[in-house]
Amino acid sequence: MTAPLASQGLISDGTELAVALGLGFLFGFFLERAGFGSSRKLAAQFYLYDMSVLKVMFTAIVTAMTGLWLLAAIGWLDLGEIYLVPTFVLPQFVGGLVLGAGFVIGGYCPGTSVAGMATGRIDAMVYALGMLAGLAVYAEVYPAIAAWTKTTALGDAVWPDLLGLPRGLLVVVVALVAAALFYGATKVERAFASWRPAGTP
Amino acid sequence: MSETATTTGRARAPYMNPYLAGFGLGLVLLATFVILGRGLGASGAFSAFLVWLMSFASPDYVTSNAVHSGYWNEGRPLMAFLVFLTVGSFTGAAVSGWLAGRSVFVVEHGPRISSGARLALAFAGGAIMAFGAKLASGCTSGQALTGGALLNVGSWTFMIAVFIGGYALAPLVRRQWL
Repeated sequence: MTAPLASQGLISDGTELAVALGLGFLFGFFLERAGFGSSRKLAAQFYLYDMSVLKVMFTAIVTAMTGLWLLAAIGWLDLGEIYLVPTFVLPQFVGGLVLGAGFVIGGYCPGTSVAGMATGRIDAMVYALGMLAGLAVYAEVYPAIAAWTKTTALGDAVWPDLLGLPRGLLVVVVALVAAALFYGATKVERAFASWRPAGTP
Repeated sequence: MSETATTTGRARAPYMNPYLAGFGLGLVLLATFVILGRGLGASGAFSAFLVWLMSFASPDYVTSNAVHSGYWNEGRPLMAFLVFLTVGSFTGAAVSGWLAGRSVFVVEHGPRISSGARLALAFAGGAIMAFGAKLASGCTSGQALTGGALLNVGSWTFMIAVFIGGYALAPLVRRQWL
């Protein structure tokens, strides 16, 4: 086991921040390359004529998921050392619904709004102000919903453990599902091509 | 909306192939796992930035609030992984947009809505998104991308809900985009 490097004591706090800066640079670079600094490009996912959001997202997931599994399979990476967000089924499902609604209303998600701001999108800047306002309000109402946000807790839960199936099998299943989604998405894009507003790249 | 004007005067380059961009993002995510033992994220940087701003008005309020205090970081809220990651991604996106001639001061919206109405919806959407991200303990980066690759149960639940929420609301704000 050599990785994660941070768990081997190879990364100091200062180094972590410097590495974050570099990885962030590449993260933002690829987001913008994909067109995700543009709210119209992002919102297009929900009007079916351009499903780049789904394609980029699932390609990234399949790439990282496969890489993690291979590195763990050869014994180079300890998956148990990678931080997992604990699962709270209901709050995360409801949070997802709310976030999805905010996505199509606001035109961005938090990461893509940064790409939007970096490329001059004024709607991204106003969206970010809305986020700060929403966070301030959330912190005020939190005591009233705190107990609910901790319900349906499963702790650190991953599908291989929950289903009792080998990770490698699930990696293959997810990759196949992604391939089917890509095939379907491209057909859907063709069917709804007439919805594309004039002048959008 | 002056779609053709750019701040750099460069010709507007086409977007990268989505599978290629996704592969690039996936490698960045994998590198983050391998080096730091954690994934990417974005909403946390906004939380930290808000705490930093609020601390000028009242450090006591920040440290006594159950949500804000989590980002206080012993009085240095900006010295955090997610803040540095986000400063990096701002820079990376700025460079990419500049190279591609896509950087332009503009309010993006469809042809049937005013810029003012679009900005009002952008603000509202941001506020709603903030609630969703807090409830779900993460956003599209920290939950969907990161947890998706880790086969995290809560992250996949979240991701499916994001698409349901987006498609359910899309007809109501159609005029904003199409």
